[in-house]
Amino acid sequence: MPAVFDVQRAQEIIDAHLALEGPLLPILHAFIEEFGFVDDAAVPQIATALNLSRAEVHGVVTFYHDFRREPAGKHVLKICRAEACQARGSESVARHCLADLGVDWHGTTQDGAITVEPVYCLGLCANGPSALFDEEPIAALTADKLLGVIEEAESA
Amino acid sequence: MTRVFVPRDVVALALGAEKIAAAIAATAKARGADVAIVRNGSRGMFFLEPLIEVETPAGRIAYGPVSPKDVASLFDAGFLNGGTHALRIGKPEDHPYLKRQTRLTFARCGITDPLSLEDYAAHEGWLGLKRAIEIGGAAIIDEITKSGLRGRGGAGFPTGIKWKTVADTKADRKYVVCNCDEGDSGTFADRMVIEDDPYMLIEGMTICGLAVGATKGYVYCRSEYPHGIKAFNEALGHARAAGYLGKDVLGSGHAFDIEMRVGAGAYVCGEETALLESLEGRRGMVRAKPPLPAIHGLFQRPTVINNVLSFAAAPFILAHGAKAYADFGMGRSRGTMPLQLAGNIRYGGLFETAFGLTLGEIVEDIGGGTASGRPVRAVQCGGPLGAYFPPALFDTPFDYEAFAAKDGLIGHGGIVVFDDTVDMLTMARFAMEFCAIESCGKCTPCRIGSTRGQEVIDKILAGTNVDANIRLLEDLCQTMKFGSLCALGGFAPYPVLSALRHYPEDFKPHAVIAAE
Ligand SMILES: Cc1cc2nc3c(=O)[nH]c(=O)nc-3n(C[C@H](O)[C@H](O)[C@H](O)COP(=O)(O)O)c2cc1C
Ligand code: SF4
Ligand code: FES
Ligand code: FES
Repeated sequence: MPAVFDVQRAQEIIDAHLALEGPLLPILHAFIEEFGFVDDAAVPQIATALNLSRAEVHGVVTFYHDFRREPAGKHVLKICRAEACQARGSESVARHCLADLGVDWHGTTQDGAITVEPVYCLGLCANGPSALFDEEPIAALTADKLLGVIEEAESA
Repeated sequence: MTRVFVPRDVVALALGAEKIAAAIAATAKARGADVAIVRNGSRGMFFLEPLIEVETPAGRIAYGPVSPKDVASLFDAGFLNGGTHALRIGKPEDHPYLKRQTRLTFARCGITDPLSLEDYAAHEGWLGLKRAIEIGGAAIIDEITKSGLRGRGGAGFPTGIKWKTVADTKADRKYVVCNCDEGDSGTFADRMVIEDDPYMLIEGMTICGLAVGATKGYVYCRSEYPHGIKAFNEALGHARAAGYLGKDVLGSGHAFDIEMRVGAGAYVCGEETALLESLEGRRGMVRAKPPLPAIHGLFQRPTVINNVLSFAAAPFILAHGAKAYADFGMGRSRGTMPLQLAGNIRYGGLFETAFGLTLGEIVEDIGGGTASGRPVRAVQCGGPLGAYFPPALFDTPFDYEAFAAKDGLIGHGGIVVFDDTVDMLTMARFAMEFCAIESCGKCTPCRIGSTRGQEVIDKILAGTNVDANIRLLEDLCQTMKFGSLCALGGFAPYPVLSALRHYPEDFKPHAVIAAE
């Protein structure tokens, strides 16, 4: 995903969604898909197209955890921190993974390869600890298993 | 040609199912075996995933849990003919975990290819919808009401009453909205429906649309389910192309179509009015009720909003009649509940059963106790807002009223087991932290109280005025319980207070516990 915001492409995305009822969330999701984040410059652009105030659009962007406002790393790793995974030791596994990557929650590795975010349940709760590496689900997560997945992604 | 089933449920994928499917295809080719790989759903026995099955003249034979490195030895053992192997389970339907279940809603799950319309039709698919078209709106609602079905999303509100309210409200447009936000930790039944039997949800929502006179349906799914979203969208396309959705559903003259929308990582958007706000493109702020969504719902129009499992029960009820469903269950909890056994549990998975088993039977007999082999110490039921139950309460029957009597809730049927290494003060703190992260911010007790709750617990952890701070925590919980608009702030105190009541020995400074 190109982590550069492009006004023209943004307008195409907005226009493609205008026929929907309640188009704002689908537009913001499409921005994340396309650019990896919602650039502040997009806020007035969306507001104009949807006939909303900037404040309304800003309010929506900032309300939802998914709508990142800064570019992310090349890959996004989400590690589950909810109860069923905690019951299977997710917090200590997560600490190991973060230490291996040298980041804290919400941080991006120095080489820009991986952003790590917390997530609260992936529906894999009988097989935790769970994680999602981009769109690849991981059950029974260990720090070693994660390194394997990262290696595979890097060599692909 | 031999059919080999490799599940496409995300649990199987997360344990290497793609690699297994590829290895089976490659090995079959290398050995000249004629194999067709079918990507079925999961049987819900997650402790056996990836569970692969082979179709033999004697029925389907299962092997699990399989890893890619087992594939060669499976071929060596003649698994294509059901041969003996260390991982051989036998016929899945004979496995005690499945044998003990009553699968009404999940009858097809794991058996069929979730995206095959042919499979769906061959396994009682669309029978409910066809009967619904025959009998018409009022009779549909009558069936749902008589079945005793109560909302499976958490509150247990009678589904028939909700549908009737929408049916009786006049408007230019009405909506059917499916709540697939499934935010509770320890739950995955909604996910399994959209991934493993999506046409059932399409059928259930369409039945509802006919019943109430709505022409448009939305499924609001959490973004944490990318595989489910893909599968369900694909299913929508097939159903539309085959005339099950569209301007003239099955030639009935009724129009109905469904669109899937994706949430954006906010737990509170599972609350029905916040969900509607979110669908409309706003912040997921809870609306005050009344007006009820049934009267002023999505875009101010009358709206049925139900959980996935509530809609998913409708095809069975219509196809087999209200009585066939209501015959299961106890008291005012009729029919079956798909339990979701999760956390530190030996036999985790989906277990659909009539209401009435005790919590102890569920955790110990069916779940097999903990996965770690240590004693069970606590069980959280009903998600992050649900109470913690100690083994002393294991005689509580799984039923809406019986759980409420013990200050608990069955919610969406999630059961999360913890062994004796759990620290309940930490879990209490997490309940407050989660509430603070997810609060929509509309009311002060929830928005501020949850943060204060964390601070008070931190003081207890640090050993500052422990007794006074425990009293303060109790007081704060009462304020949140009674001063919050919705169940996020209103129920977050339940895990905290249940932890305090049943595990007082954990509410001490951690330095003291370490010294003991
Ligand atoms: C904070 C909060 C989160 C909720 N999350 C969900 C959810 O994820 N899924 C769901 O079906 N209901 C959820 N509910 C319950 C809904 O508000 C609503 O009762 C339900 O969708 C009604 O459908 P039902 O009658 O079929 O259960 C939640 C409620 C609250 C207060
Ligand atoms: S209790 Fe919390 S989540 Fe619910 S309406 Fe109030 S602030 Fe919002
Ligand atoms: S709690 Fe981690 S996947 Fe559900
Ligand atoms: S003024 Fe309303 S919370 Fe502060």
